[in-house]
Amino acid sequence: MNERQQTSISRRSFLQKTAGAGAGLTLAVYLSGCSREEPASTPPASATGAATAVEPLVANAFVKIGTDNRVTVVIKHLEMGQGVYTGLATLVAEEMDADWGQIVAASAPADATRYANLHWGPVQGTGGSSAIANAYLQMREAGAAARQMLIGAAATAWEVPAGEIEVARGQVSHRQSGRQASFGELAEAAVRQPVPENVTLKDPAAFTLIGRHLSRKDVGKVDGSAIFTQDIQLDGMLTAVVAHPPVFGARLKGFDDSAARQVKGVVNVVQVPTGVAVLADTFWHAKRGRDALQLEWDDSEAFTRSSADLMMQYKELAKQPGAPARVEGDVEKGFAGAAKVLEASYEFPFLAHATMEPMNCVARITGKGAEIWNGCQLQTGDQMAVAAALGCRPEDIIIHTLLAGGSFGRRASGDADYVIEAVEIAKAHGRDVPVKLVWTREDDTRAGYFRPLYFHHLKAGLDQDGKVVAWQHRIVGQSILDGTPFSGMIRDGIDLSSVEGALHLPYHIDNFSLELHTVDVGVPVLWWRSVGSTHTAYATETFIDELAAAAGRDPVAFRLQMLGEDPRYEAVLKLAAERGGWQSPLPEGRARGFAVHKSFGSYVAQLAEVSIAADGGYRVDKVTCAVDCGVAVNPDVIRAQMEGGIGYGLSPTLISETTLEQGQVVEANFDRYQVVRMEHMPAVEVHIVPSAEAPTGVGEPGTPVIGPAVANALFAASGKPRHRLPLGMKV
Amino acid sequence: MAITLKINGAERQVEVEPDTPLLWVIRDHLQLTGTKFGCGIAQCGACTVHMSGQAVRSCVIPVSAAAGQEITTIEGLGSTTAAAVQEAWEALSVVQCGYCQSGQVMSATALLEQNANPSDADIDRFMTGNICRCSTYVRIRAAIKQAASQLAQEA
Repeated sequence: MNERQQTSISRRSFLQKTAGAGAGLTLAVYLSGCSREEPASTPPASATGAATAVEPLVANAFVKIGTDNRVTVVIKHLEMGQGVYTGLATLVAEEMDADWGQIVAASAPADATRYANLHWGPVQGTGGSSAIANAYLQMREAGAAARQMLIGAAATAWEVPAGEIEVARGQVSHRQSGRQASFGELAEAAVRQPVPENVTLKDPAAFTLIGRHLSRKDVGKVDGSAIFTQDIQLDGMLTAVVAHPPVFGARLKGFDDSAARQVKGVVNVVQVPTGVAVLADTFWHAKRGRDALQLEWDDSEAFTRSSADLMMQYKELAKQPGAPARVEGDVEKGFAGAAKVLEASYEFPFLAHATMEPMNCVARITGKGAEIWNGCQLQTGDQMAVAAALGCRPEDIIIHTLLAGGSFGRRASGDADYVIEAVEIAKAHGRDVPVKLVWTREDDTRAGYFRPLYFHHLKAGLDQDGKVVAWQHRIVGQSILDGTPFSGMIRDGIDLSSVEGALHLPYHIDNFSLELHTVDVGVPVLWWRSVGSTHTAYATETFIDELAAAAGRDPVAFRLQMLGEDPRYEAVLKLAAERGGWQSPLPEGRARGFAVHKSFGSYVAQLAEVSIAADGGYRVDKVTCAVDCGVAVNPDVIRAQMEGGIGYGLSPTLISETTLEQGQVVEANFDRYQVVRMEHMPAVEVHIVPSAEAPTGVGEPGTPVIGPAVANALFAASGKPRHRLPLGMKV
Repeated sequence: MAITLKINGAERQVEVEPDTPLLWVIRDHLQLTGTKFGCGIAQCGACTVHMSGQAVRSCVIPVSAAAGQEITTIEGLGSTTAAAVQEAWEALSVVQCGYCQSGQVMSATALLEQNANPSDADIDRFMTGNICRCSTYVRIRAAIKQAASQLAQEA
């Protein structure tokens, strides 16, 4: 039975049967503060154009209790490794007083009326390290409501006051009468309980799961049983491999598929807007078919420039003032009165996300729309994009959100690029045949959607006392948001994703100017784990060390002295410095570097320790990381995200870069696109600042800090500032 | 042509061209999807399986070269060493996205079967062919050591 029927039932009926006996019950939780309910099968008023007098009320369905005593938490966000199954389930289980062992996590269907990201408006999607932050109260309320229903059911059955009933570790009990029951035993009766209008949340002092180390709920990942998109097998399914243009913007002039059609297993060859797809019974046959295609491309309007050429253009642009992103005081006056003025230029290459699972998608054209299996990150955006491509309604696009083999931003593409490609192939082949689009590693890396290439110019003035009195920062690069559904985030010509991390520094500087040159270049670009901070944290935090050196100050003391009003910077800074032994004497051949940065609401400071060999080679041995992300819901997941964020950020720091030469991607596979491996990975020690503040994200904030921390260590060792990434493996 | 594979303790016959990479036979013909496709050129390790006791990259081994050899995939792991590895992986919450982890577990098991007490340098050398883009390396290293010490206690 589908979920839509459940939500069309009155919101007053709180628990409804989802299917036949024993299949479990869904708590369609109505929560105070939510908008008015409307059956999910009815399109939203905005889609039909019909104005309704009453605001639509939206039911939330996050908790299912099985008569087998299993509690399923419906997860509205994509699990891509960041631990969101575990995190959201923790919040529900905490307020429900469930036993952690009875909790199972499952992905929600695509339905923004129930599963919107509360930070984003009526849109379902995952990103910006927002999962725990947006759902912290919502999930707790869902758990608390479920708990109240179970208590109500027990009170009725046992004829005792609800106030005397206790719930702990999945058991509902009444001490006075000695009665007790499991959630599963009470599930049937709980369905008939009224919906709580209000729920009371626990005092954090009473938390038993939040803040503790819990096993992860994205299970099946050590025995090969977890199912990713790549693993989907459906009856009659074909695998598609696509020949894409050799350079961005090239157009297909013609093709000959006669040899491809002779390849064993090849079933069809279809032209789609993004290239020519070969459909076959297996991947290998499809790939062989693609290899046999004769293709002729027209690249007269294509992007055929090189990274080096772009960088030269950006460098020239940086000589001129850009659009003001933030101006305080008067920088020119500040420079005029400065005792010392320093300048530095920074170069950052394009970067591929290079998720372990190359992009892929399963699509089947249905009578009404399409059914999609994918590690889907932007359900609502993908529904809308696919609906537009097929000429149907977004709600007729059914999305099965699967575990994703990494994303780092790649799956959140505003134009749903590879999802649309799969749908176009399925459409061209014909209705009802499921098609699994598989990109090879080279397809994935050559497709673009890179972290943009950037050039920065920084200039700062120090007074006689070594205080920074003026700061001018110019950034040149492509806009990630322009031309996407997110372009509303561009304000007064400033793409905030280009300047975030440079807009507000931890430091108080009287005369401040941040300017942006946005360049229109025909390379598809996209957010890459920590987005603007991937380059702004590096430029600002390494430049701070150069200023500290010019002022003859210790880099940590220099930062502490300049800190602005926000005390949370000071706490992470001191914690990392103290635990990392910043003050302790350094053995010969070793160096330390420090950096601090706030992104997505979380504060991170890192101390990197580097050992330098006689031949100039070096290794990052250890990183001490302090993080303040508000309430630490899952400390072990936070630690894992800091460790992983550091490793991910270390790749572009040391060795990763995507280079375009005459429009072609040079580093198409892991032989050329170098990434951090076991041999490069430092030991990581993570310290979490105890906090009662609202929780903020941890998926991204660990990533941007490691680059400047390592570069600052190399600067300390050699006196040579590092202005270009990747650093390479020599001091 | 028909090729007979000894895989996870059973003989399986597949009708496939002899130069088809073992990976795609495992995944598409035998529907054993725990072994992953990552790069296709033996650079990332996601497709690691055991062939006659050695960890190999199945994406570059023609199926004809695998015929007659004992092949073990993640689904067929059953040794004491493998169990210790998987237990340590769970205990230390190693995984993040999980896509590379079948390959990591296969490599770690092969390492411990050859070297019961690997040093950091041994781990670096053996595991460096397995990329993890989530960078779970810190915990992989710790889990290999934990599995090694558990196996040493049991021995």
